[in-house]
Amino acid sequence: MAKFSVPSNLAVSESGFLFVPSSGETFTLNEIGSEIFMMLKKGSEDKEIFETVVDSYDIDLYTFEKDFSDFITQLKNHKLIKEL
Amino acid sequence: MTKRRYERPVITKHHSGFMNKFGNSPVSVPKTEIDGVAVKKLTEEYGSPLFVISEKQIRQNYKNLFRIFRSRYPKIQMTWSYKTNYLNAVCSVFHNEGAWAEVVSAFEYDRARKLGIRGENIIFNGPDKDENALIRAIEEKAKIHIDHFDELYQIIELAEKMGKQAQVAIRVNMDVGIYPKWDRFGFNYENGEATEALRRIAINKNLKLIGLHTHIGTYMMSTEAYRTGASKLVHLANLLKSQFGLVLDYIDMGGGLPSYNTLKGQYLQAEELLPTLEQYADAITAPFFELNYSSDEMPTLFLENGRVLIDDAGFLITQVLANKRLSDGKRAIIIDGGVNILFTSFWYKHKISPAQQTSVHTENAAIYGPLCMNIDCIREDIVLPTLKKGDQLVVHHVGAYNVTQWMQFITLRPNVVMVMEDGSVELIRKSEDLDYIMSLESIPAKLQTGVK
Ligand SMILES: Cc1ncc(COP(=O)(O)O)c(C=O)c1O
Repeated sequence: MAKFSVPSNLAVSESGFLFVPSSGETFTLNEIGSEIFMMLKKGSEDKEIFETVVDSYDIDLYTFEKDFSDFITQLKNHKLIKEL
Repeated sequence: MTKRRYERPVITKHHSGFMNKFGNSPVSVPKTEIDGVAVKKLTEEYGSPLFVISEKQIRQNYKNLFRIFRSRYPKIQMTWSYKTNYLNAVCSVFHNEGAWAEVVSAFEYDRARKLGIRGENIIFNGPDKDENALIRAIEEKAKIHIDHFDELYQIIELAEKMGKQAQVAIRVNMDVGIYPKWDRFGFNYENGEATEALRRIAINKNLKLIGLHTHIGTYMMSTEAYRTGASKLVHLANLLKSQFGLVLDYIDMGGGLPSYNTLKGQYLQAEELLPTLEQYADAITAPFFELNYSSDEMPTLFLENGRVLIDDAGFLITQVLANKRLSDGKRAIIIDGGVNILFTSFWYKHKISPAQQTSVHTENAAIYGPLCMNIDCIREDIVLPTLKKGDQLVVHHVGAYNVTQWMQFITLRPNVVMVMEDGSVELIRKSEDLDYIMSLESIPAKLQTGVK
């Protein structure tokens, strides 16, 4: 089980736009990306995110787990989250 | 409750202020079918990876190029460059359209003969023609394009011994203003070697000089290079007529016209950069009107084009084996087709499209083959939608040189099919199997024991 921390000054807009005040960088997230990012910011654990997504989307758990790991890697790469 | 349509989560960083180095992300239009046949259906039946060749496209390319030249110069003979793609079915389409065979080895010569092409309709090029092949070519009246003096004298000796006259031309290399110079093949124009060779041939009764040949290079981006090349051959032809009263049957301008594949290191797409076929044809044919020939003596213009006629008729269907992140966060896609079957990925940035509807989110990625070798990179940078394992990709413009230069390595070479003009699909080269590969090997008796 893993938990992540998102810097408190980061927020995604409804359209999936993300602005990083400290660096001036901007990003776009797709819809599901924004949802997951918001859950991470709320402090959700990965297991909880898996359940939510698999419940509401037409996707199996293993495929989503792979995509989730990849998404987390990207967020870490852009220094948008830290693993706790 | 119906669930929402899933798309993998993605985040894309914006690069403001300057153009992203990959240009604007082109929207990848999915390539779901080839000549009306679904990509999915093709691989269900013939496996993946799979080479697919379009008969329709080959015929269209051939007719188009022929028409362009024919409308500028009346006597045109196309010859199919076997090395570009010598699968029997492919050669047969070209021969059916009226092309002769252009071969560069005994192996290719024998292939053409097995397809029933008569010797007199074969152009025999290349530096490596062994004695048996030369004997056969002399016997069968093939048009032998002599590459060097050693070969010239070998042909003289053989023809004398056989009491026959060999039908010959020489290959001429020359400075056409491009770099690197292709001065390794044939006799050089500038240093006088070509005229020297022509003089020897003109006075030898066992040789009949019927033509002149040049092939100035491949993927030539300059029309002027062709104009220079044609002018120089025309100059030699005029010399032969004035000095020896010799009138040639043909002048062979080789191949080398580029296909619309973008070279590595080329920023603009090939379509935006290359002259049109009409411009090339103008440059090649114009010098012919400088010949000191009467109108009924005018030689036939031979062409040996390869890639321009077949590249866009060939596709490679592959599928995604895995997605990865490289250490710098860049996406890597591993596909089931490697550089061993896609040799041209060493010099082209092949266009690659997804074969199914995908998400609108795109990401820059590297595409690697399955070979466990660092060189196995199909594209270093390509903007593609997110793809999952099992998704299919279609590599475009792979008809030239791949199915002749491919290597068998760690796995078997795949099936090749042709989509016929009527929409049917024919297997034109079967995938190899293990027994076929191993049938070529043997184990020395003393090595036949050991751990089992
Ligand atoms: C003698 C000769 N003719 C024709 C060709 C076909 O060239 P391309 O595919 O560039 O048209 C080649 C290929 O290198 C060749 O060596």
